[in-house]
Amino acid sequence: MTIQASDIEAMIRDSFPNAKIDVQGDDGQHFSAMVEDDSFRGMNRVQQQRAVYAALKGKMDGPAGELHALALTTRAP
Amino acid sequence: MSDAKTLITETVKAHDVVLYMKGTKSMPQCGFSSRVAGVLNYMGVDYTDVNVLSDADLRQGIKDYSDWPTIPQLYVKGEFVGGCDIITEMTLSGELDTLFEESGVTYDKEAADKIRAANG
Repeated sequence: MTIQASDIEAMIRDSFPNAKIDVQGDDGQHFSAMVEDDSFRGMNRVQQQRAVYAALKGKMDGPAGELHALALTTRAP
Repeated sequence: MSDAKTLITETVKAHDVVLYMKGTKSMPQCGFSSRVAGVLNYMGVDYTDVNVLSDADLRQGIKDYSDWPTIPQLYVKGEFVGGCDIITEMTLSGELDTLFEESGVTYDKEAADKIRAANG
C-alpha cells in the first residue's frame, strides 16, 4: 500500500481548510509536512501535532499503517 | 487500567527522563529513535530507555497512553514532551535546555551548544 503526497495534503486539508500546507516526499512511505494554521494559536507543539495526526485518521498506526514516517512541523501564522 | 498503562505510569513516575524507543540507547533500531537517543547521549543526560520492540502490549500501550501515534516518545518528570521532530526542534531552539533546567535534570550545556553550532 502506498500513499501519495497529494493524499496526505487532502486529508490535512479536510481538517484545516485554511491552513498553509506543504507536503514533501515521493517514495510512498516517508514524507515531511509543514502545516501552518490559525487554530494552532495558544497550543504547544504536542497539541498542534496531535491535531494533525488526528486528521490523518489512523494512517500512522501500527505495522499496518501506510505511513511509516511523517516528519511534521507545525506552527501558528 | 491495562497492565501496560500501569507499567508505563509507574515507569515515567519512577524516572526523571524516560525514552520509549525502538531498540536500546546503545543499539537503536530505527533512525528516529537513534536521533533522539543520540541527542540525549551526547548531552550526557541520565535517562531510562524502554525498548518497545520487546513487548507488543507496551508498543501499542505507549501510543494509547500519550495519544501519539509514533515512537520514540520522550517523558520528563512524568510528562510527555514529544517525538523525534519536536525533540529535534527543542534541542536546536534551546527549549530542551530550559526544560531540563526547570525539571532539575543534569545535562552538559556545552554539548548542547555544540549541537546547535553544528546545525545552526
